[in-house]
Amino acid sequence: MSNTPLIQITSKTMVLSASNIDTDQIMPARFLTMTTKAGLGEHLFHDWRYNKDETQTDHALNSEAGKACQILVGGDNFGCGSSREHAPWALTDYGFRVVISSEIADIFRGNSLKNGLLPIVIDKSAHQWLLDHPSEEITVDLKNCEVRLPKNGGTYKFEIDAFSRHCLMQGLDEMGYLQEQSDSLDKFEANYDRNLDKFEANYDRN
Amino acid sequence: MTPKTLFDKVWQQHIVIPETATHPATLYIGLHLIHEVTSPQAFTVLKQRGLKVRRPDRTLATIDHSTPTIIKSDGSRPYVTEQAGIQVETLLENAKFHGIETHGWDSPHRGIVHVMSPELGATRPGMTIVCGDSHTSTHGAFGAIAFGIGTTQVGHVLANQSILMRKPKTMAIEVNGDLAQGVTPKDVILAIIAKIGIGGGTGYALEYRGNVFEDMSMEGRMTVCNMSIEAGARCGMIAPDQTTFDYLKGRKFAPDDYEAACEDWLSLQTDTGAVFDKTVIMAAEDIRPMVTYGTHPGMAIPIDSLIPNASSDADEKALEYMQVKSGDHIAGTKIDRVFIGSCTNSRMEDLRAAANILHGKNVAKSVTAIIVPGSECIKSEAEAEGLHDIFTAAGAQWREPGCSMCLGMNGDIGAPGELIVSTSNRNFAGRQGPDVRTVLASPETAAASAITGVITDPRAATEASA
Ligand code: SF4
Repeated sequence: MSNTPLIQITSKTMVLSASNIDTDQIMPARFLTMTTKAGLGEHLFHDWRYNKDETQTDHALNSEAGKACQILVGGDNFGCGSSREHAPWALTDYGFRVVISSEIADIFRGNSLKNGLLPIVIDKSAHQWLLDHPSEEITVDLKNCEVRLPKNGGTYKFEIDAFSRHCLMQGLDEMGYLQEQSDSLDKFEANYDRNLDKFEANYDRN
Repeated sequence: MTPKTLFDKVWQQHIVIPETATHPATLYIGLHLIHEVTSPQAFTVLKQRGLKVRRPDRTLATIDHSTPTIIKSDGSRPYVTEQAGIQVETLLENAKFHGIETHGWDSPHRGIVHVMSPELGATRPGMTIVCGDSHTSTHGAFGAIAFGIGTTQVGHVLANQSILMRKPKTMAIEVNGDLAQGVTPKDVILAIIAKIGIGGGTGYALEYRGNVFEDMSMEGRMTVCNMSIEAGARCGMIAPDQTTFDYLKGRKFAPDDYEAACEDWLSLQTDTGAVFDKTVIMAAEDIRPMVTYGTHPGMAIPIDSLIPNASSDADEKALEYMQVKSGDHIAGTKIDRVFIGSCTNSRMEDLRAAANILHGKNVAKSVTAIIVPGSECIKSEAEAEGLHDIFTAAGAQWREPGCSMCLGMNGDIGAPGELIVSTSNRNFAGRQGPDVRTVLASPETAAASAITGVITDPRAATEASA
């Protein structure tokens, strides 16, 4: 259950070459009171994609070709700023599965992995190649932890911790992984309720 | 047996599946606190996947962040935006649907989530406690492992009553000696953060040790643990003792066989000889009343000292934002507002301290002072003691319980450029309103400053009234 397994993805790239794209640009603060995740993709990079009167700009993210891209290539230091989880939520709701940059902010990286989005920090020369070749079809291979570029662009390795890789490849997110442990949890919980913290015993005493 | 720290003992009791080189541990959660801001998307995930709340009986809900602190004459509560009202309604509906005990508008216990749970006795020694709010560290005051989580993890806990996590390192913070008159728990924690820095606790679980914490009330201990996160530590703990047991006795969730429970809880101490990954030692005598002068809680100095030189570009920017100059006295700086409230300092002890100073005095004409009790319980208790009369007679506003100006999500904010002396926990640029300048301080300092209209050392005020 949960996410579609991510083993290998071949897709055209969406290149947003600006440096320091922060989470406020990805998902402006005024959408934080939203009570759903679905539909956040419409507000992804809202202020780049919509005019003041809410009509669409001609930004590539609004095009049909753009919406088909599963791989986002961002400029240096992608995802900095506030820790809002709305940023990866909006990116996946839009349809991205992978974000590639030369540098990706720590908290955004962690939040992405928790939400089925693969953040890849790649070699500077490969990053430059990607920035220079927008809309090329490239392959991200999580099994071998490599990115393969066409037209002699080369093959580049990337790093990811074993647990996150396992979850992404199985299409498990952490929720799915925890659900799989329900037997252990049942056992633990029975003992905990009985012997360690008898919280429930007092609960009904309203 | 190898001697263990308090943290290690509680951690081990909650391990469902131990961590390995490749996998984080699965940690069981004893109590999950939820509120309107960080829960809606988590409930949506449950719905989409057809999951139930695993332990509604280990979950408690309240509304605090987006709630208005004013009731209009027609009895209505004016939300700052329609969306804020929807957020509150969504929480109430979700909690009802899943059978979660909820302290909403009709509950005499409603309050800031970290104030309410201890009052109910739901926060107890030796538990693991999480909430989608970074100041969950407050509950560590009872010898619990308590830390904030993000919305995705709120979903994990709702569905599985557990989260994935690697064990942090441990750090002992030892403060021994006698605190000088007029030095409060808030000053102690601000002094600790100023010493170890806002990143000093990153990756660590803190344990506050020494007679200074042993001598503190539960309220003071909560103030200290509350701000552990401002030193970068996700949790901070204090070993339970008789003070803890006396506080919890008779509360709604207190165990039936209370004496047996207390006996168990007494084992929750760091064993002699247990080794911490790091130890920080401070002398109580060195701590004076503290205030912040910059834009993070680590930029704090004794109130009777001079604003230091900026040592980085970021510091320089902070001084510029705060409109203060290196070498100037921080005391005497003109203020516009005072906020006494938040999960750091909105309990009875805090309100009594403020009332003691404001009694028979007037808030300066140039200052707007608002006092926001942490919960409905505190509100009633304070009113029974007549504290609200002291506040209103002095010209301060007495509001309905909630987070209020701590983060201004409910619309309680300052005007651009204003300086607020605030008993809350974060002085980030813009947190209390665009371009608003925040000075963190104790309730005593806040009250003393409200009277004079400038940042004021409370020791003079307390001596005068003593
Ligand atoms: S009072 Fe402030 S810090 Fe405490 S829970 Fe509310 S918003 Fe968070």
